[in-house]
Amino acid sequence: MDLSINPILLVASLMVASTPILLAAIGEMVVEKVGVLNLGVEGMMIVGAICGFAIAVETGSPAVGFAAAAIGGAILSMLFGFLTQYLLSNQVATGLALTLFGLGLSSLMGQSYVGIKPPSTPKLDIPLLGDIPVLGPMLFSHDLMVYVSLAIVAGVWGFLKYTRGGLILRAVGESHDAAHALGYNVILVRLAAIGFGGACAGLGGAYLSLVRVPQWTEGMTAGAGWIALAIVVFASWRAGRVLLGAYLFGGITVLQLNLQAAGVAIPVELLSMSPYLITILVLVIISSDRNRAALNAPASLGRAFHASS
Amino acid sequence: MIRLEKRPTPSQTWAYLTPLVAVVATMIAGGVLFAFLGKDPIVAIRTIFWDPVFGEFAFYYRGQLLVKAGPLILIAIGLSLGFKAGIWNIGAEGQYIMGAIFGAAVGLAFYPMEARWLIFPLMIVAGALGGFLWAMIPGILKTRFNTNEILVSLLLVYVAESILASMSLGLLRNPEGAGFPGSRNLRQYESAANNELIAGWGMHWGVVAAFIAVIFAYILLSRHIMGFNIRLTGESPRAARFAGVNPNRLILFCLGLSGALAGLAGMFEVAGPAGQISIDFNVGYGFTAIIVAFLGRLHPIGILLAGLLMALTYIGGEAAQASLGLPAAAIQAFQGMLLFFLLAFDVLTNFKVRFGREATV
Repeated sequence: MDLSINPILLVASLMVASTPILLAAIGEMVVEKVGVLNLGVEGMMIVGAICGFAIAVETGSPAVGFAAAAIGGAILSMLFGFLTQYLLSNQVATGLALTLFGLGLSSLMGQSYVGIKPPSTPKLDIPLLGDIPVLGPMLFSHDLMVYVSLAIVAGVWGFLKYTRGGLILRAVGESHDAAHALGYNVILVRLAAIGFGGACAGLGGAYLSLVRVPQWTEGMTAGAGWIALAIVVFASWRAGRVLLGAYLFGGITVLQLNLQAAGVAIPVELLSMSPYLITILVLVIISSDRNRAALNAPASLGRAFHASS
Repeated sequence: MIRLEKRPTPSQTWAYLTPLVAVVATMIAGGVLFAFLGKDPIVAIRTIFWDPVFGEFAFYYRGQLLVKAGPLILIAIGLSLGFKAGIWNIGAEGQYIMGAIFGAAVGLAFYPMEARWLIFPLMIVAGALGGFLWAMIPGILKTRFNTNEILVSLLLVYVAESILASMSLGLLRNPEGAGFPGSRNLRQYESAANNELIAGWGMHWGVVAAFIAVIFAYILLSRHIMGFNIRLTGESPRAARFAGVNPNRLILFCLGLSGALAGLAGMFEVAGPAGQISIDFNVGYGFTAIIVAFLGRLHPIGILLAGLLMALTYIGGEAAQASLGLPAAAIQAFQGMLLFFLLAFDVLTNFKVRFGREATV
């Protein structure tokens, strides 16, 4: 059996495969840090995917497409924000509604875009760095969004750790009553985080439709949003580990695709379900350590805030 | 200045009214959506909600109503028990698929034996078992390892879809099907078929099971200690713990029962309306049932009505697709919108809306 998997190409495609999930997961991590559980990641991703795709096709510019995807995801997340923050609806149910609605809305919007090729997103050829023999093609010859996603992760990490804004954000997530008593506007902080999460999910979706696939098909996110949610749990709400989790997951996805292509004697169905099975396995391992899982989860996660109570 | 004031107890009146208000609001918003798509909103709404029941071709559509409502109600009843207790099984779609595979596999194993008295009941048991086992995975992981059941049950849907594809291409493929994917048609196999009981009504054993499930759930919730424990856990998990409710048993019960019911729905579907295991066998009943459960206020009778209404949107949607060229996805968006409005108007159940400045207490 010839296992001709090129490790350089593997790492390069790993970074591309991980980027959508990384973007969605880092956004959702911020949302959960502020004490809100938004299960609508899948819906926001797929709406971002079609928004980005449609605008990129119409304008011919992938950059405008990505911007539109972020805006689309953020608008959709505001629907969730309004319902959960002002009308105090159940976050789990509202998130599910967002996913179901997003899937319907996206296929409605995408009807006339099936089978079209989007404008290609240019790869950055970074001089000098890109010419390094092995590392160059691995790390430094991607499109801009790969680096943007890494920058967002670094930015979120720095923001949460070093800035006053990050402290307020975490305070709201740990105890909204205490944050309220200190005079912070809990609802506004949460809405801002929800919007950021929506924009990130939208970007992730657009990366799928514009770069990774690149095409529009109905339901193309195929559970990526749910895997992003799982990665946040896996990462125990830490930015660095979100990166690790997303790349680990991307690696598995790419590896199984390569194994399928190489014709390894493992049934194709087993390979294609492996990312989901491994995600479940990882979730089990992480959550079985009850103390650690409970220690890191934001204390107000999923609880509604009403000033009078 | 608009303020929300928490009600001491949820309003009974609004609990009943919100689903109706949500339906009306969705019709209006849906009308706007259809107008955007260049369709006459009044005609579109009438085609979806009125014509299938009272229109010219109602005799055909009325039968379809029960065919679609059956699986929706059956799944939603199971889900509602868990939702009431704060146990979120959102992978009913996967359990539905596994029930169908188990049921169909048992039926096909006996092919072409003629023994309906044996085969059909065995298929029912197998279908329920398939869904039950698939739901036990998140259940056991939750109780043993404290793993989030929402994520696990949902991720298992994709695994089930892979298994479905594998089954319809491999193990369960029709050996006389000229290599096409898909199993033998169970409807043409007398001993395993789940055909209409009364011609033209759409009534098959799955619909009967759905009605039984409604009655069963009603009695469970209002008369049985398990139903009381479910409601108690949902209202106050701490109080339930003090009252001696075993949370793990409750989780396994709710997940297992909802899985078994979803599996039953899948089995009745594959032996009846669908007829065969094929790659695109599942059409999202497991997800729509979540909307049905909420629209029915997690109450068995409410779910019965909500299931019928949701079935109507499916059928009306198909009719509108045929006669107005309304895209199929519009109905999906429409159903999602319904859940949004429902959750939004729910604020009126738990809060009073006050206008003007805060009164001094």
